[in-house]
Amino acid sequence: MARQISTLPFWRTRGGQDRLVTAAIFMVLLVGGAVVLLPFFWMLSTALKLPEQVYLSPPVWLPFPPQFVNFWTALTRVPFHLYAFNTTIIVTFVMIGTLLSCSFTAYGFARLNAPGKDFIFMLVLATLMLPGAVTLVPTYLMFNSLGWVNTFLPLIVPSFFGSAFNIFLLRQFYLTIPVELEDAARIDGASPYRIWWSIMLPLSMPVLATVAVFTFVATYNDFFTPLIYLADEDKYTIAVALSYFQGSPRIGPQMHLLMAAVTVSLLPPLILFLAAQRYFVRGIVRDQGVAARPLPIYSLS
Amino acid sequence: MQAHPPVGSAIVSDTLPAQRPIRRWTRESFHAYVFMLPAILGLLLFTLGPAIASLWLSFTEYNILTPPEWIGLANYAEMFQAQLFWQALRVSAIYSVVSVPLGLTLALGLAVLLNHKMRGMMVFRSIYYLPTVISGVGVAMLWRWLFNAEFGVINVLLDKVGINGPAWLLDQRWALPALIFTSLWGVGGTTLIFLAGLQGIPQELYEAAEIDGAGRWNQFRSVTLPLLSNVTFFNLVLGIIGALQVFTDAFVITRGGPNHATLFLSVYLYQHAFLYLNMGYAAAIAWFMFLLVMTLTLIVFKSSPFWVFYESERRGK
Repeated sequence: MARQISTLPFWRTRGGQDRLVTAAIFMVLLVGGAVVLLPFFWMLSTALKLPEQVYLSPPVWLPFPPQFVNFWTALTRVPFHLYAFNTTIIVTFVMIGTLLSCSFTAYGFARLNAPGKDFIFMLVLATLMLPGAVTLVPTYLMFNSLGWVNTFLPLIVPSFFGSAFNIFLLRQFYLTIPVELEDAARIDGASPYRIWWSIMLPLSMPVLATVAVFTFVATYNDFFTPLIYLADEDKYTIAVALSYFQGSPRIGPQMHLLMAAVTVSLLPPLILFLAAQRYFVRGIVRDQGVAARPLPIYSLS
Repeated sequence: MQAHPPVGSAIVSDTLPAQRPIRRWTRESFHAYVFMLPAILGLLLFTLGPAIASLWLSFTEYNILTPPEWIGLANYAEMFQAQLFWQALRVSAIYSVVSVPLGLTLALGLAVLLNHKMRGMMVFRSIYYLPTVISGVGVAMLWRWLFNAEFGVINVLLDKVGINGPAWLLDQRWALPALIFTSLWGVGGTTLIFLAGLQGIPQELYEAAEIDGAGRWNQFRSVTLPLLSNVTFFNLVLGIIGALQVFTDAFVITRGGPNHATLFLSVYLYQHAFLYLNMGYAAAIAWFMFLLVMTLTLIVFKSSPFWVFYESERRGK
């Protein structure tokens, strides 16, 4: 076959068109990416300003010299270490509870049979559609009558009872593991609990990591639950404490300090995102064949 | 009410290996119930139980201090006469009707671009996904500053192109559009689901379409859109549920103001439950929200045969 020697101008050729399309896509994504990142740039820029540089028109884009001391001031003017500690406790226990209860339950749904199992599984999935608002008031009243309001328990305990999406995710994964792997252990007389703990858990590490990462982000970012359950300032999580910064006597309208605190508060999820990116983006889109859960950041529960 | 199979199958491959006959444990169902126990208790204690309890509470007057008192439909009657309730419904409705379709369109467009084969695409994917990971109160506080009428970066930039920006959060007309804009910024999660869907479309279909002489736009219209419709469906349902539950942004950025311009149903509910301790009335609002979400979801489900395209249909016909 004769090689097609193109006499067409470059933009009419196939290769040329492809390159033009790629360049156009690149430009659009670049502009869009700048829009996505601009708020973060503005945040950092404000956080590094002197107080008198904050409210200026035209604005100071790159404050020089950058005031790194703002971070220290913002974090020491409020008991930030306490908020960080509270948040760590809550997030840690919620992650333990979620991973244990969801994988445990998911194994039962994937491998064991009992009358009514499918019905229960459907019910569990149906709760995905239930808006958090509907369960809010009675749940609050229940914790209130237990005397648990203003403790971490209402934030932690529910995670030990499984959550629909994670159970679903893990069950789907367990279904893809060959049963033969468990058979040998069964012949040796291992109980199903032993098999779950010693065989299924180690095999499901990648999925558990995905669940862990999403649970961390959702719990760390959760605002509503700590807002309604935690009353004392020394029990606040970072999210709740932050919401009171603006207009608080200690930080007040000092935008540079507020933005410094916001910057610090965004660091843990950012670091996790950078470190475990494949569990967020690559892992979800490519390897698992499972779509990402849109994080329930806006949900009322 | 029951989770519809397409929601799951939209994203999770259904090609699970057939179950082989398993050697049974003795007392297998006992073990099965033990494994299911956390989920069963969770259902009773934290979802189904409270949902039913809140239905009952919605027919009572209850302020925590004195025992609940049965008042029949009075809460609902009061709600439908309350001006603020209608305002909250209006705000939530406008927000959903604008932000959900806009968000879906933007997410789909972005996903198509992000699916292009190009070096460095992972960086772009990460950037666009970033707002989904980094969110919550910190970002809400950040938006307050960005929308600052005089010194916020948005009006500074608008000023550069000769537009005199509105007062945004202080302006009754512009506060809600500002929140909608904020929601579009966080569209990365939806984009990622679309992206996963795009990667599931067999490449041969595009090649076949190209041989038939279809251009890029026709390929998008005749291959991408129909084959992605189940993912669109999934995102639409999640989008509606999410939009009707927006709380953090409305509460932190505008506190429902100015002049109730961003009083979402969720904020209205919060005020009654935790500021006025009107637990019965709050439960009534919650059940109204629930029925609203259910109705809308049902409409979407019922409409799905007209626009959602399933693999099995293609094979069947």
